[in-house]
Amino acid sequence: MPKSSRKGPRLVGLFLLGCLFFNYPMLAVANARATVLGVPVLYAYLFAAWALLIVLVAFIMERTE
Amino acid sequence: MLQSWVVVFGSFGYIALLFAIAWYADRRAKAGRSVISNPLIYSLSLAVYATAWTFYGSVGRAAHDGVGFLPIYIGPTLMILLWWFVLRKMIRVSKLARITSLADFVASRYGKSALLGGLVTVIAVIGILPYISLQLKAVSSSFQIIFRYPEIVMPGNTGANPILKVTAFYVACFMALFTIAFGTRHVDVGERHEGMVAAIAFESIVKLVAFLAVGLYVTFGLFDGFGDIFGRAAQREDLARLMTPLAAEGALANWAWMTVLSMLAIVFLPRQFQVAVIENVEEKHLKTAVWLFPLYMLAINLFVLPIAFGGLLAFPQGVDPDTFVLTLPMSRHMEGLTLLVFVGGISAATGMVIVETIALSTMVCNDLVMPILLRWRRLNIASRRDLTSLLLEIRRGAIVVILLLGYLYFVAAGEAYALVSIGLISFAAVAQFAPAFLGGLYWKGGTRNGALAGLSAGFAVWFYTLLLPAFAKSGWFGMTVVEEGLFGLAALRPTELFGLAGLDQITHAMIWSMIANIGAFVSVSLTGRQSATEHSQATLFVDVFTQTGERGSLWRTTTSASALQTLLGRFLGPTRAAELFLAYAGSRGLRSVEELEADAELLSFAELQLAGTIGAASAHAMVATVAQEEPLGMDEVMTIIDEASHVIAYSHQLEEKQQELEAATASLRTANESLKELDRLKDDFISTVTHELRTPLTSIRAFSEILHDNPDIDAAERHRFLGLIIKESERLTRLINQVLDLAKLESGLAEWQSSNIDLAEIVNDAVGSTSQIFKGRGVKVEAHLPATVPAVVADRDRVMQVMLNLLSNAVNFSPSGTGRVVVRVETEGTGVRIDVEDNGVGISREHRDVIFEKFRQVGDTLTQKPAGTGLGLAICRQIVTRLGGRLWVESEPGRGSVFSFTLPLAALPAAVRPRAVA
Amino acid sequence: MTKRVLIAEDEESIVASLQFLMRQCGFETRVARNGYEAIASLADFRPDLVLLDVMLPGRSGLEVCRFIRGESGLGGVRILMLTAKGGSADESKSREAGVDDYLSKPFATRELVARARALLGVACR
Repeated sequence: MPKSSRKGPRLVGLFLLGCLFFNYPMLAVANARATVLGVPVLYAYLFAAWALLIVLVAFIMERTE
Repeated sequence: MLQSWVVVFGSFGYIALLFAIAWYADRRAKAGRSVISNPLIYSLSLAVYATAWTFYGSVGRAAHDGVGFLPIYIGPTLMILLWWFVLRKMIRVSKLARITSLADFVASRYGKSALLGGLVTVIAVIGILPYISLQLKAVSSSFQIIFRYPEIVMPGNTGANPILKVTAFYVACFMALFTIAFGTRHVDVGERHEGMVAAIAFESIVKLVAFLAVGLYVTFGLFDGFGDIFGRAAQREDLARLMTPLAAEGALANWAWMTVLSMLAIVFLPRQFQVAVIENVEEKHLKTAVWLFPLYMLAINLFVLPIAFGGLLAFPQGVDPDTFVLTLPMSRHMEGLTLLVFVGGISAATGMVIVETIALSTMVCNDLVMPILLRWRRLNIASRRDLTSLLLEIRRGAIVVILLLGYLYFVAAGEAYALVSIGLISFAAVAQFAPAFLGGLYWKGGTRNGALAGLSAGFAVWFYTLLLPAFAKSGWFGMTVVEEGLFGLAALRPTELFGLAGLDQITHAMIWSMIANIGAFVSVSLTGRQSATEHSQATLFVDVFTQTGERGSLWRTTTSASALQTLLGRFLGPTRAAELFLAYAGSRGLRSVEELEADAELLSFAELQLAGTIGAASAHAMVATVAQEEPLGMDEVMTIIDEASHVIAYSHQLEEKQQELEAATASLRTANESLKELDRLKDDFISTVTHELRTPLTSIRAFSEILHDNPDIDAAERHRFLGLIIKESERLTRLINQVLDLAKLESGLAEWQSSNIDLAEIVNDAVGSTSQIFKGRGVKVEAHLPATVPAVVADRDRVMQVMLNLLSNAVNFSPSGTGRVVVRVETEGTGVRIDVEDNGVGISREHRDVIFEKFRQVGDTLTQKPAGTGLGLAICRQIVTRLGGRLWVESEPGRGSVFSFTLPLAALPAAVRPRAVA
Repeated sequence: MTKRVLIAEDEESIVASLQFLMRQCGFETRVARNGYEAIASLADFRPDLVLLDVMLPGRSGLEVCRFIRGESGLGGVRILMLTAKGGSADESKSREAGVDDYLSKPFATRELVARARALLGVACR
């Protein structure tokens, strides 16, 4: 897969970003008694970060090089 | 509407639909138009990850600790980002080596070890049992609950417990039948099940749709959106804490470990390995799956928290949160939705059970039962005509046994735990494969013994810290061991090993089991040695992306192609075997199987095909029985293989040694030859010098004697003879001088006077001092000098000697009268180049190097004896080389020659400059 | 009858000395400057004696010698080999090739003349 040469490193980059998202201290910060649009910050944060990660992966994988 | 028969018929109808889908997909696959060969189906089949645990259990977990269910899905999302490296490699290796299961993969990597394959199988089966029991529990609970409609009664809270067990038993039996019907209709090379994958993908859609439907209903039907649910929950003291669950002690560490655990699970759960690796049609499907599958997980988790809080708000105490998904629509009498949820739950559970038990039964058959049967002499398995039906029977038996064991686990330990907790025990078990597996994929040094040690140690710790307390908690035996530790030692308490407390049970078990596992794997690997087979397999696995062409084989054979075909026929069926062999023969350009030779390649081919059915280790042993013409005797075959690999390793070493010896002999021979050549050259030189000295001496002596004996000789004759004597004496002197000069140059004893010299001056002097000769022969000479010539460091007299030599050669070989010699000086790069060009006869290509050798004169010696000693150019080359330059000739025969030499510029480093020898 | 001597030698000054010495003895001489010339001269000059240099260009002295010994018509030709190389290996090779006498360069002129006369059966002066 000659086209994939740059995908690998980018995916690893996203992996590291994901590790940052779903770990201390980000989680400790998000673990607060507040709400975003009525949803507790922690829940909102987790799903938003998760969705963002998926969008980024889809963007990297599906973009025609 | 929701009478029991509706539920039962609905369930059967749904399952009939699944069969129809599978049948259709299988038919399409046979026609060569696979329905599963697209990235969407591949991604959906990966969603077999979402089981009854996800469907029912996540809500239960969320009701207990808020976000604790999420790492199970975030972990895989992260892991999938690394799939591009890890999973692609696994897929590539598996296709290359015809891997059929996890156990096969590990066994194959570590030298096709049957023992290791068996161990992995045992760990996988025992480890997965809790997980299967979880599905049984969820499905039978959902049956119990829906049968009680419109009442909402928890199975555990009434006297219904024995009935639940009976239900679970029926569910287990039914699922066994179902799985047998799905997965073991025929034995397939490569263990691919297209129909099953299609059905699984369909089930993934159903469970997602069902869950989203109930989620939307709870969020927007029962409540007024997310804000409403969370807002109301926040007002309840007991629920508010679930909004910030990570503040609890150890919560973040648990979160991190749970993430790691599920990262490993998504790779090492047998069913995930089955769908992601074995059933993978094309590597490129990964490209879509890496984002679509996480998206699926996100979607199916989106409403977990609203449903959990919705249930907690709607129900009083006493309703198990694990059932909220079903009981919430039931409580509002949403019959259609209830049925959809029920079917969704069945989808989630059956999908998992089918794929998991098929994967496990393949492992049990190929890596546990077959090796044992093959070792068992009395059964004489290897000589049976058709083994395909035996293989199928073993697998069917394995499926039944696994499900019954799952049921027994449920009876023994299932009720004490919530769904998620049961599942996590299995996650922790399969995580034990990680060191041996990933180590095997990326570290060539991992050995069979290391893998055995690591797996055993990790599994033992898992058993002690997780399974034992689970049994104890269910009241199988007393809690004494759990509470007081083995032998009453507090340090050995299974849930607080060596005093490590404050973590949840899974995290605690993961830490200790991974330490034991990795520690044993690495230390045993580092201290042990690999066999030849292990080594070749390690290379195959680790370097799979860099390898090309056929892999090597350790076979040496005496068998025939037809014997191999018969062997394959026993396992694959004679027709399939004949097809394969014919195709193989065709690929070799042969018309029939009879023309095939049973060479190492054919054996490897047969072994690969067989590996697709009975696993790498058994296949290797089976082919060995035929190849070695041993009708049976697995032990002997094993020994033979082992010995053979040693012998091969040994002979390989011998071969290397022999090659080394040959190389040494060759270089000695070369050295000897060159010494002989030198010796010969020296003899030649001396003999040539002798000849060259004697020739002028002969004339001198002859004429001297003539003059002496004939005093009355006439004056003219006397004068002529004296002239010849003088000429020959001069020749002799010149020759002696040059021989001595050359000897000095070659021995390095010549004296060198280094100074900055002016090349223009030297050229002019040289042309000036030879002008008489030029005039005498009627040859014109010109010097073309640039305005400035950079200084060079050299010995002035030596450079002059070279110039004079080249000029006198030029004049001698130029035509008398029309001759023209041009001298040019040019600066180029790091040096100065001097050309001496003549328009004489030129030098043919083959002579251009010869003329620089000693006493090698070229030209028409038949008619004209060349002038000179034949040493001039040899001396010139010695001088120029010594001065750090180069002397060469370019020539066009008939048109003339250009002799050129270079001298390095003054500013060069000392190493290049001529050395002044004292 | 005048004896004929063929001088097969490529060194000009040696040729001159040999020519002088042979003529002084009253022999008729001819010069061949390479092996081919030497063989060619055998038929029309019909020499009684050949003064043969070993290191002749074209065909060597040894080759010329073998040629002479191989031709039945040249049975009476005597051969005196002259060599600048020296050493017994050369001499034995020459004897094998069929020379009648052998002399190393540089030679004493009297010696040469004496041997040439002896080979030709002419009495000393």
